[in-house]
Amino acid sequence: MTATTYNDASHEGEPTGFTRWLVTTNHKDIGSMYLLFSLAMFLVGGAMALVIRAELFQPGLQLVDPYFFNQMTTMHALVMIFGAVMPAFTGLANWMIPLMVGAPDMALPRMNNWSFWLLPFGFAVLLSTLFMPGGGPAGGWTMYPPLMLQTGTAFPFVIFAIHVLGISSIMGSINVIATILNMRAPGMSLMKMPLFVWTWLITAYLMIAVMPVLAGAVTMLLTDQYFGTTFFSAAGGGDPVLYQHIFWFFGHPEVYILILPAFGIISTIIPTFARKPLFGYSSMVYATASIAFLSFIVWAHHMFTVGMPLAGELFFMYSTMLIAVPTGVKVFNWVSTMWRGAMTFETPMLFALAFVFLFTIGGFSGLMLAIAPADFQYHDTYFVVAHFHYVLVTGAVFAILAAAYYWMPKWTGHMYSERLGQWHFWLSVVFVNVLFFPQHFLGLAGMPRRIPDYSVQFADWNMVSSIGGFGFGFAQLLFVYLLYKCIRGGQQAEAKAWEGADGLEWDVPSPAPHHTFETPPVVR
Amino acid sequence: MTAATAMKRAGQLTALAAALITAPASADFGLLNMTQGVTESSREIYGLHMTIFMITVVIGVGVFGAMFYSIFRHRKSRGVTPSKFHHSTTMEIVWTVIPLVILVAMAVPATRVLIDLDDTSGSEMTVKVTGYQWFWGYEYRGEDVQFLSRLSTDSDRARRLDSGIKPASVDNYLQNVDQRLVLPVDTRIRFQITGADVIHSWWMPDLGWKKDAIPGYVNEMWTEIEEPGVYRGRCAELCGRDHGFMPIVVEALPKAEFETWLANRQASGEGMTADADADTTPETDGELAAR
Ligand code: HEM
Ligand SMILES: [Cu+2]
Ligand SMILES: [Cu+2]
Repeated sequence: MTATTYNDASHEGEPTGFTRWLVTTNHKDIGSMYLLFSLAMFLVGGAMALVIRAELFQPGLQLVDPYFFNQMTTMHALVMIFGAVMPAFTGLANWMIPLMVGAPDMALPRMNNWSFWLLPFGFAVLLSTLFMPGGGPAGGWTMYPPLMLQTGTAFPFVIFAIHVLGISSIMGSINVIATILNMRAPGMSLMKMPLFVWTWLITAYLMIAVMPVLAGAVTMLLTDQYFGTTFFSAAGGGDPVLYQHIFWFFGHPEVYILILPAFGIISTIIPTFARKPLFGYSSMVYATASIAFLSFIVWAHHMFTVGMPLAGELFFMYSTMLIAVPTGVKVFNWVSTMWRGAMTFETPMLFALAFVFLFTIGGFSGLMLAIAPADFQYHDTYFVVAHFHYVLVTGAVFAILAAAYYWMPKWTGHMYSERLGQWHFWLSVVFVNVLFFPQHFLGLAGMPRRIPDYSVQFADWNMVSSIGGFGFGFAQLLFVYLLYKCIRGGQQAEAKAWEGADGLEWDVPSPAPHHTFETPPVVR
Repeated sequence: MTAATAMKRAGQLTALAAALITAPASADFGLLNMTQGVTESSREIYGLHMTIFMITVVIGVGVFGAMFYSIFRHRKSRGVTPSKFHHSTTMEIVWTVIPLVILVAMAVPATRVLIDLDDTSGSEMTVKVTGYQWFWGYEYRGEDVQFLSRLSTDSDRARRLDSGIKPASVDNYLQNVDQRLVLPVDTRIRFQITGADVIHSWWMPDLGWKKDAIPGYVNEMWTEIEEPGVYRGRCAELCGRDHGFMPIVVEALPKAEFETWLANRQASGEGMTADADADTTPETDGELAAR
């Protein structure tokens, strides 16, 4: 199969410099912008995390005021979720989905441009709240009322920023769905699509379903604050717990939005480096779909302690336990893919293997949290913090790093430095565990989350965790350097950069020319 | 505090690290697991916790064992040729059904404990707990005793930014209060938990649970403490600036001693505070907005 490609020379009239990036409708340009933006936000969010870990290095308050500490925990989460992980996945979708399905571009290129450029705008607003009178939001990323209503000047700006980011996500999702459903190369039936495409298709539907719910929740906060409604105030016949139900109806699917594309990435990388086809392709698709469905009916497992009726507690406990089954299927399929393969361990594979191992640990703690009576102890402690960092950092973030290493040759045309990559991996994987594993102990021993100071029995493990935090944080600078070097030069990458790689993206040259698949390839 | 001052303070970190190395080891690397607590429920919860934990350990040993075996044996450098299999319906069914069975087996005891915890009937006394920004109020229902419970003053002094007081030198740093919640042992006690301003969460690990204190709503929970002693807990739900500084201390006394304590308390009238007026009416929006 051959693909007709054009090169940049045929675009003499196109703008250059900053204008090129401002007005571009090219999926590769937009993908690169999303990815670089995400990297920038990862560093900003990481800096906030280091403020948190520095304050928690030892008992007593040494660096920041408790209120500023709360701003840091709130902003760290918002920046990492909406600024680092989600845009990274959208960036990967932009770059890879057209290449994987043999389409010349995304279906809606102008909207694509807009959905990206909303992000820097939204984050400028969000981050600027830190400098407003009264500081930024400090009620946690979950923004529970009535506490959230005590936010200062920042309040309406935060809500506006969330709306902007939500609109951006919804537009990105519409684009992904339109591209996948309409622009696949002839012969690529749904069940022949690469798993990354499948997981993104399902993620996009989740996003369209739940981002408006978040928008609704924060708008109700806004009207409660300024327009005299009392949705969330018992004094006016409302209910503070109602907010939590609405928020988590968004929030739980949201955590799957943050992991499903990662499942797709891992399902792409492991077969490549095991030199063996993915085990159980169709069961992977069905497992993803059932996880997506179940994710809509488990939300109140975040609310076991709010005082739900017994029937509610039982229902949400059972449904949450159930979601572990399709998640387990995925892990078993990955291990079976490795089984009797012929593995090599380049950096993308290392991150993918670490993902399987460490994400599963996060899944295990999730299963523990699902047991409602035990959650009466675990809830709102560092045990939960450990859980979601195992699934989000060693899960989502490791998958994104794996993807970056895997496709970097395709993006830049150069092989990255394998030596630096290996260093980056080993430093990351060691420090991330030093950082997060002790947090299980802290939570079980009684340390609540979101506190700037703690009693002395928690000092030892907090210090270990902080050391891990700084180690992990600085290890990421190595990645920045590696990426810079790889963009600037390095060994020329072949069209098919990895021996065991499979998929249409490897049929086009490296770096992928500005325009690809103007004539669709034929898939058999 | 602004971001700028935070930056300035970051410079002090090095000095801190130096100070730390000389600090006495007062903490505990051995603190790894959940407490078993001092009630039947807390022990049952601990039991559930250990059961589900052991289940994950066993599954983990299996999955990770297979994974590392494969990583070790099935590597290209050992000259293996990759096999081509990519499907097995039998295996798929096996690893869907076995986890399902395990989960059902786990759901049974979890359900039993949950039903038991939910049943607040048959209580012999009732304590009302109110969360405030940032302290707790306690009221012994029908006994005419109520008081507020705040972070003890020595902790409060030490926890100020740059107080210069070493936390380790303070008695029970951040987990001591001016007035303890005194409770009798071997008595079925019902708690009514609410919040006055924002949501808090009353958490006492030794009793096995936490419950949210929500303005405008009253949540119920119960306990029956088996051993006299002093037990320490904290607010678990983010409730603003001083969320980390509103500890909970329960002192469990033998029944007779508790009766004496209560009688003394009633006689002296001491600790009856004007502002803990047991008023469950939530604040109006105006009051909240005014803050
Ligand atoms: C086996 C699957 C999983 C189960 C059974 C599970 C279960 C739970 C439960 C019960 C909680 C609430 C704990 C509490 O607050 O007391 C929780 C929290 C959380 N989980 Fe999971 N989880 C699973 C997988 C995931 C995945 C894949 C992600 C994201 C990639 C995730 C992200 C989170 C986050 C972010 C929170 C905390 C939210 C917050 O309170 O700020 N979980 N999980
Ligand atoms: Cu959830
Ligand atoms: Cu609190």
